[in-house]
Amino acid sequence: MNTFFIYALTGGLLSSLGLLGFILHRHLLRRLMAFNLMGSGCFLILTGLSQSHQGVDAVPQALVLTGIVVAVSATALALVLIRRWYHLTGQTSLPEDVQSLEKTSSKEAQG
Amino acid sequence: MSSLLQELPQLLPWLVILPLFWALFSLALGVLYRHWIAGVFIFLLLATNLILIGQWLLLGDLYYSLGDWDVPLGIQLRLDGVALAMVTVTSLVTAACSLHASTYLDDYPRAQQYFWPLLAFTWASLNVIWLSADLFNLYVGLELLGLSAVGLVALTGQTEALGAALRYLYAALLGSLAYLLGVALIYSGYGQLDLPALSGLLESDASTRLALALMTLGLLLKTAIFPLHIWLPPAHGKALPPVSALLSALVVKASFYILVRLWLEAGLQVVVPSAAQFMGALGAGAVFWGGWMAWRQTELKMLVAYSTVAQLGYLMLIFPLMVGVSPTAAQLAWEGGWLQLIAHALAKAAMFLAAGNLVLAMRRPDIIGLHGVGRFLPFSLLGFGLAGVSIMGLPPSGGFMAKWLLLQSALASGQWWWLLVLAGGSALSAVYIFKVYQQCYIEDTEVDNFRHPSLLLDLSSITLALLALSLGIFSAWPQALLATALSGGGV
Repeated sequence: MNTFFIYALTGGLLSSLGLLGFILHRHLLRRLMAFNLMGSGCFLILTGLSQSHQGVDAVPQALVLTGIVVAVSATALALVLIRRWYHLTGQTSLPEDVQSLEKTSSKEAQG
Repeated sequence: MSSLLQELPQLLPWLVILPLFWALFSLALGVLYRHWIAGVFIFLLLATNLILIGQWLLLGDLYYSLGDWDVPLGIQLRLDGVALAMVTVTSLVTAACSLHASTYLDDYPRAQQYFWPLLAFTWASLNVIWLSADLFNLYVGLELLGLSAVGLVALTGQTEALGAALRYLYAALLGSLAYLLGVALIYSGYGQLDLPALSGLLESDASTRLALALMTLGLLLKTAIFPLHIWLPPAHGKALPPVSALLSALVVKASFYILVRLWLEAGLQVVVPSAAQFMGALGAGAVFWGGWMAWRQTELKMLVAYSTVAQLGYLMLIFPLMVGVSPTAAQLAWEGGWLQLIAHALAKAAMFLAAGNLVLAMRRPDIIGLHGVGRFLPFSLLGFGLAGVSIMGLPPSGGFMAKWLLLQSALASGQWWWLLVLAGGSALSAVYIFKVYQQCYIEDTEVDNFRHPSLLLDLSSITLALLALSLGIFSAWPQALLATALSGGGV
């Protein structure tokens, strides 16, 4: 049990919290923030866990840097899409059921 | 000729660099010269691909270390038989989709500006994934692919497409985080991310199992394997036809490709038969649920999208048919599984392009609008019909050969229950495809109200469908190509 392991543990906790938020919330912005929390947790695990073996390892830090860039671009894309979605529909969440529309229309066709 | 091929510089990185340049050029120039730029770069990529096929035949598997840094620190690109097959299929399908889009997008002037850069980015990230043998590089490839694919889905900016894109984006993000967590656990355990190097190292302890489980979960979500497929039908069904074709044919296959590399190349010592049977069961669920839902759809493109869910299920049979069986059965399953992937890529791209043409012609998305198509638009229907032959798995198509090989493998390893899945799935796909054919030959009007799609649109679909058909006739070549990449011959 050393400092690095505590980082990894914190990362695990953050990821679980993020996952919980991602599943429980319907508001698109909240889900996006939950995703970012989960991402940060992942990065902490990635750096924390691998340091505990052989002192300071630079590779995971380089990996995390790449991961952060990816997460930032994903967040930017999501924000653009969410904004456009809000402008078009006035809603802050996606409809609950993907198939609700199609089911009713197929019933009409069969009946 | 052969000495010329040997003396050529290493062309492997250009498979990634060329599409990236294409993306930058078309982003900078906007809609100006977009067709010329696309033409030049597609030509260059096809030429590179051809030369690489020649080099591979001459020299065997090709490797390239980026920036001359060797494996533990640097990133290596690798072209083996399977990667070569994937690269080639990607070139063919993307070229055909570009041809289709060059005409189809005339109706969507706003979408044109971003379609070409995003298409090029998608091509680049697909090639990154086929050529990488490094877990983190694969993660970057997956993320790039996910972001450009989401952009393509949202291209029209209409409500339905936007909702589908958001749902797709959230699923993709969740999937890649699960994958990344797995990568973190693997790195902390072994200090190594290179797949060939890991194949000898992996031990079946708790943290490795957890890592593999997390990565598998993430990849299953991205491949849209039942029951994690909810995001796929709207994303593929509501996008523009060339985009749907690209997504169904190639994008979902990328994460499946990583899954196979992970399970059957790196994780062979760790993977247990019961886990492989579970993967097969998910595949069976996908085949039946996807087929059933496809039959129930009223919109043509949604039917085709659910058919993708079903067809992806067959791919999962590669796991139970390869883990814990004799080398002969494993080889049959290996060739059959990849052949199914290639045949589906070609046939489904053809089918989506044809469905797009039919929707364009009837000016409405539902299947009932097809009445009379058989009489007035036989040429547009031809692409759909030929693609359907391969999807149903009728001889002599590529789909038939793939299912035949899987069938023989199931017999060779005595796993008769997968025969039921193969037979039942084919019957279901015949039912939903004949549902479409049937509507095309109902004639309730004597007037031709259809808008006739241009020849180029029909030709791009028919070409792909013919390729899918001929894959069955000439299947010996791809089979030989794929067999070279089978590690150790058996499990």
